[in-house]
Amino acid sequence: MRKFLKKLGFFICITLAAIFSLAPFLLFVSSAFKTQTQVTAIPPRWLQAGSLEFFHSAIARHGILQYLMNSIIVAGTATLVTISLGTLAGYALARLPRRLAQMILMGILACAMFPQIAIAGPIWRFMRFMGWLNTYQGLILPYVSLTLPLAVWILSLFFREMPEELESAARVDGCTRLGALMRVILPLSAPGVFTAAILSFIYAWNEFFLALLIMTDPLKQTMPVGIALFQGEHTIPWGEIAAVSFITTAPLVLMVLLFQRRIVTGLSAGAMKG
Amino acid sequence: MTRKDQSFFLTLLVPVILVLLLFIAAPIGQSIFLSFHRIIIGLPQLKTPFVGLDNYQQLLTDPVARHSFWITIIFVATTTFFELLIGLLLALMINQHFPGRGALRACILIPWAIPTVVAAQMWRFLLNDAYGMVNYAVFGSETSHYIPWLAQPATALVAIIIADIWKTSSFAALLILAGLQVIPEEIYQAAKVDGAVVWRRFWHITWPLIRPALLVALLFRTIDAFRVFDIAFVMTQGGPADATNVLQLYGYKKMFVEGWMGYGSTISVCIFIMVLSLAIIYVRMVGRRLLEASV
Amino acid sequence: MASLRLKGISKRFGDVVALSKVDLYVEEGEFCVLLGPSGCGKSTLLQIVAGLTPQDEGSVLVDGQPIDQLTPRDRDVAMVFQSYALYPHMTVAQNLGFGLRMRGLTKNMIEKRVLEMASLLGIQELLNRRPKELSGGQRQRVAMGRALVRRPKLFLLDEPLSNLDARLRVNVRLELKKLHEQIQGTILYVTHDQVEAMTLGDKVVVMKEGRGCQIDPPETIYERPADTFVATFIGSPAMNLFKGKFARSKGHLIFFNKNFSLNAVDVPSHLEGADVEMGIRPEDIKVTHGREKTLGAKVEMISNVGAEKYIHARIGTTSLTLRAAREAFFQAGEMISLVIDPLKLHIFQKGKRVE
Repeated sequence: MRKFLKKLGFFICITLAAIFSLAPFLLFVSSAFKTQTQVTAIPPRWLQAGSLEFFHSAIARHGILQYLMNSIIVAGTATLVTISLGTLAGYALARLPRRLAQMILMGILACAMFPQIAIAGPIWRFMRFMGWLNTYQGLILPYVSLTLPLAVWILSLFFREMPEELESAARVDGCTRLGALMRVILPLSAPGVFTAAILSFIYAWNEFFLALLIMTDPLKQTMPVGIALFQGEHTIPWGEIAAVSFITTAPLVLMVLLFQRRIVTGLSAGAMKG
Repeated sequence: MTRKDQSFFLTLLVPVILVLLLFIAAPIGQSIFLSFHRIIIGLPQLKTPFVGLDNYQQLLTDPVARHSFWITIIFVATTTFFELLIGLLLALMINQHFPGRGALRACILIPWAIPTVVAAQMWRFLLNDAYGMVNYAVFGSETSHYIPWLAQPATALVAIIIADIWKTSSFAALLILAGLQVIPEEIYQAAKVDGAVVWRRFWHITWPLIRPALLVALLFRTIDAFRVFDIAFVMTQGGPADATNVLQLYGYKKMFVEGWMGYGSTISVCIFIMVLSLAIIYVRMVGRRLLEASV
Repeated sequence: MASLRLKGISKRFGDVVALSKVDLYVEEGEFCVLLGPSGCGKSTLLQIVAGLTPQDEGSVLVDGQPIDQLTPRDRDVAMVFQSYALYPHMTVAQNLGFGLRMRGLTKNMIEKRVLEMASLLGIQELLNRRPKELSGGQRQRVAMGRALVRRPKLFLLDEPLSNLDARLRVNVRLELKKLHEQIQGTILYVTHDQVEAMTLGDKVVVMKEGRGCQIDPPETIYERPADTFVATFIGSPAMNLFKGKFARSKGHLIFFNKNFSLNAVDVPSHLEGADVEMGIRPEDIKVTHGREKTLGAKVEMISNVGAEKYIHARIGTTSLTLRAAREAFFQAGEMISLVIDPLKLHIFQKGKRVE
């Protein structure tokens, strides 16, 4: 009997946790599928689907697809660059003498700790100077620097787990250090790279502060900016906002569902030396 | 390793170091530099004279800044406390083995994965004073009792705190979960055999062993909480009456809305110093060993 | 095939001394075994010869030429690792051919040699498989093949048998010996297993804490160990060591401790009165029923290992172990008479052998 109560209590907790996490989100996003009147109805109906008018409106009148494309280009490119640079750096840190590697890594991690505003101002000035405001590179470059620390950390932990004997075998077989890196290490680095890529992409996709500053032209703005600045003519266009949110978050939710193992491992590795 | 090897590895690090120097270190340096000047964007004819510590003096006597500072402190303290608490509970739950564990994990990851601005809009919607679900849940259909959460100073602050807790508890949960998973199952079994009840097991085994993870979570969360911006910007724009005018939002307004780049830089330098001091205090308190252990 | 000379190799890791002025000469075609407990520096020595780790002091010479400045790539050595280190993303054929590809051999050449090696090692059917599909024994062969196919000047093997199960280990050991006779390669082989060392090596280097205690052919190591460490490390059950002194009696020097005394032959006179340790291997102690001068011992325990028995006995406070035939029957507590052949005694003073 006692065991049953314990199990029941536990089950209730789990359900509460799930509801606590999901319900607000589902409630909001489901509004994307309602009609205008349904959205602002009192009492609010929980999950009721009415129409896709908001999606039409969002795409046609608010140019959501443009936002989407901008986000994909910016986040995607930034992730690619970060991964390329970060993999090499992560590997180097995993092989250098411990003391030195730790110091360098702490320096790199420190770069992730600064308040965005301290960086934003000068970066904005720099981009203005270069004529790169409202260009893709104007946002991609800072994003690389924002996502690098985490990516490098995760990758260094990953490479540390890789046995050095593989490289030794390659070197004895006739590779230079670089050759061993290219032919043996990199082909085997897929898991770590993948995790770092997912986390970097999510970070870049969701970034707001810098996007707000650098992209003032609606044609170049990314999703978060689009969502935050959503204007309606008279009232807040919740339906459209919900529709846009749905479009923005659908790929992320998908990623989470597909790769949650990896994501959890990657984040946990950061916390407790993988 | 040989000199040649070492230089090979250091070369691999060069691109990353360069990027970080260019886009993080240099801007920080620039911010500090700018904070000693008076710069107004949009009025270039006024030039940018060096004003020494004037901006800092102004900051110290600025009532809005002071208010902003306290608002931020309240925010940091409350959100960090609750997020760690809820995160701990979530982590303990996920650490158990039960069918649907993966589903629960996915559920709590979703708040983490969605953009903060989406979460902010979401809560703005849910806390709406005319048709928000939260008001409905509390008051039913009696619309006259509905609270205009975001229009009242006190409740506005509560609102952004709730939004942040919802969004970030799962991140704390993941960090703590990492610490939990390191504890070998056998220790619990030995304790069970020794006759320890659930809360005893927690207090004597779990709690001491997850302290490192908790501290890491604490460190990350506090630093992140100081940088809050997205939520305040979207939900309340800092209002009403500066009730949610957190530091980074205030700095943003001063720098980019009003154009006071010099003064805005001063604010940002102060935030930076605060965050840095926090980090140093933590490292001192917790000991370098902890950070080294996780690096 | 080449000769290998190590001169004064030293290496430290932080405060820990891994190797201390190691000197060694391995002739062309010789099978040299580095034997020692874990932590004695043998693997480090191998890494230094391969060029994977630089030494702090000393020089490595191949065919009389120092190779210290060369990268592993240019040293023309092949290495088999304890964990085999097969490239997981390549097939067996690609693993075998990797080193040849790096040296720029033509595709045809590579194919030919790989096939040759595969049939020599009996792994032809495995050529298209990946390492994770192979058993431990098969992986070991691929690792060996990868080294052999390159026909290098020097072979370095780092405990290649230790991950195999016992029976497989014996078989592969025999094959290794045969292989060596076939190819006559210069081999530097690291192990902690003394049976491997004794059966495979032309020359054995017994190492402890970074230095070589003795460098000799296996029989010499067994019959004339240079110090007490070597004496007790080689041979199972371990050599018995008795502490005591020499004293003069009837014109001869006799060894005695508080429990018993022993006759010895050719004892140098300077040992009179000195503290020494006497060693005798278990197989050189015999149980006797005769009346000659014997030692009385009490049986404490009997270990039955199947093919024979080990008797753990005690004379007073001195314990010793001896071997007995499997048919022999003893009981714990029984008193037995032992006789020790004085010619088989080893004398050690301050740990070092005395002739």
